Amino acid sequence: MSDTSQITILQAINKALTDAMAEDDSVLVLGEEVADPEEGGIVGVTKGLSTRFGPHRVRSTPISEQAIIGAAIGASLAGFKPVAEIMLMNFTTVAMDMIVNHAAKLRFMSGGQTHVPIVIRTMTGAGFGTGGQHCDYLEAWFAHTAGIKVVAPSNAADAYGLMRSAIEDPDPVLFIENLPTYWTPSAAPQPGARVPLGKASVLSPGQDVTVIAYARMVQEAQAAVASLKAGGISAELIDLRSVAPWDRRTVLESVARTGRALVVHEAVTPFGVGAEISAVIHEELFSRLKAPVKRLGGAFCPVPFSKPLETAFAPRAADIEAAVRSLLAAA
Amino acid sequence: MTAPTITGVTPDAATQRDIYRRMALIKANDERARKVIRAGKLVLPYYSPRGQEVIPSALSVLLTNDDYICTIYRGIHDMLAKGVPLKDLWAELAGRVTGTCKGKGGPMHITHPKSGVMVTTGIVGSSMPIANGLAWASQIKGDGRVTVAYFGDGASNIGAFHESLNLAAVWKLPVVFVCQNNEWGEHTAYEKATSARQIADRAVGYAMPGARVDGNDPFAMYAAAKDAVDRARAGGGPTLIEAMTYRFHGHVLGDADAYMDKARKEAAVAADPVPRFRAHLIAEGIATEAELAEVEAAIEAELDEAVAHALASDYPTVEELACDVFAPEAVVGEAA
Repeated sequence: MSDTSQITILQAINKALTDAMAEDDSVLVLGEEVADPEEGGIVGVTKGLSTRFGPHRVRSTPISEQAIIGAAIGASLAGFKPVAEIMLMNFTTVAMDMIVNHAAKLRFMSGGQTHVPIVIRTMTGAGFGTGGQHCDYLEAWFAHTAGIKVVAPSNAADAYGLMRSAIEDPDPVLFIENLPTYWTPSAAPQPGARVPLGKASVLSPGQDVTVIAYARMVQEAQAAVASLKAGGISAELIDLRSVAPWDRRTVLESVARTGRALVVHEAVTPFGVGAEISAVIHEELFSRLKAPVKRLGGAFCPVPFSKPLETAFAPRAADIEAAVRSLLAAA
Repeated sequence: MTAPTITGVTPDAATQRDIYRRMALIKANDERARKVIRAGKLVLPYYSPRGQEVIPSALSVLLTNDDYICTIYRGIHDMLAKGVPLKDLWAELAGRVTGTCKGKGGPMHITHPKSGVMVTTGIVGSSMPIANGLAWASQIKGDGRVTVAYFGDGASNIGAFHESLNLAAVWKLPVVFVCQNNEWGEHTAYEKATSARQIADRAVGYAMPGARVDGNDPFAMYAAAKDAVDRARAGGGPTLIEAMTYRFHGHVLGDADAYMDKARKEAAVAADPVPRFRAHLIAEGIATEAELAEVEAAIEAELDEAVAHALASDYPTVEELACDVFAPEAVVGEAA
């Protein structure tokens, strides 16, 4: 990690929050343990913010998820841009009324008189042996709700740029952080650089097949794509970055060329984001497909504790590679 | 109904008349709403606030348009007392594009920031967490605004109540929690659903002042509200007010209310706070019969105009389905 042009995703999010708060007094941070006396977050994502910006703008809260999101919503109605942390994605379930019935709907239900420019940061992801209630990917629940956006970056530059955009966005954004890859270094963002919401990134161009992934699955897919390339298969890898809205243009343009698509996510497969993307690809490109779109997701079970089971739960590079090969074999 | 003797807490004559005007407006509006709905001119889920007129009327005279309220589906009295214009309100009840929310919110979601009505929620208990955030904003800005969260007795049994009171107390927020205890949570009587002898007692658990008051007595309600609003404005933190009242009608219009004890209901209706306060104002020389009749006639005329305006207004066009889901410029990447 001596390369100073590389930083971790955790550092990138911390920097994005710091820069946003320094530039705009209306940006607030709240959540369990987010202030420095409580160590700046369970893994230190918000470290330094309360010391620099003070206890009015950076507040640790009780373990009260409804109260946290409610406070963020209320402050946003009065002109602030709160960034609320719900420590783990499974804990959003305790605040679903505030997120789904209120944050997502107030703009519409008020006929546009009010809006809720909040960011809900939450971390998740299998790999740390936390079992069935601490590491689910529940993004499809939120993507299914009109009025809220969902992003899930896979690297430091995107994490920084998406956070800056999410804070400035006039509507609620759920910002999903992958816990096991927080400390993975990647190219540092340009200070102030925004990544637009709803815009995918083509990580490697290819001709034979399109692989669509986000969050940690991008890293698995990168390994798979490299291995496939060594075997003479040219896979185009798209990092979706935003789950809702998702970049239909980039995905459809790619699949129109390759004729084959694989969608990979850590969330369970049934009724997931992959189902939506697959459906749209079929609707838009049916006659140009060389094979039916494939989906890869987590096993349809709660995330298990036992290490071999946990490792087998989410797709890995080898699974992605095998799925791509089966797509090509189907042609 | 006797004016309390504590100096400076009794509303002056003009304020008493103001409280009455708001009460009379709520009563007349409710009677008109039930009539219009029963006549089949409008179709909407209607949650009558009849019997609960005093609470927001005695409180709202202490507030300005800059102060915020968050209220609930049975909240039309709270909105009217706070000053939501009748024409805009009725057009919203009618689902018309001229309504407060372009007809897209409806009776359970009326929002009118110009008069400080920031959220109306259809979810029991959910006015409170959001009220805290508005109050947090005022605390940061130091703007002296107060936020009032209205809710019913049933809502004191949901988690949001407890999370919100605790956070408000820990953060010393300028918020007033006003529980309108009308003895009924939907169809369930208070004592069958609520363990506490009185909801005001629950304030003790959150180290904030809590008071049970006769919410049908404008003097008692005003005094309690003034104490709480003054405390919030002065930076003294939140208060829980349990305002005792009674719901004259069933949970929702059309509900046969067979579960409500007839004698108890008849007694409550016989003690109707609106004519009672009216008689008091005349007896005490605060207002004359003619003056109050004039106020009431003006309200009826305003209602005539509001209902006619609502019924004559256009419905929103179907394009509104795609509008206000997100900010207009925001949907990046959706268009393929």
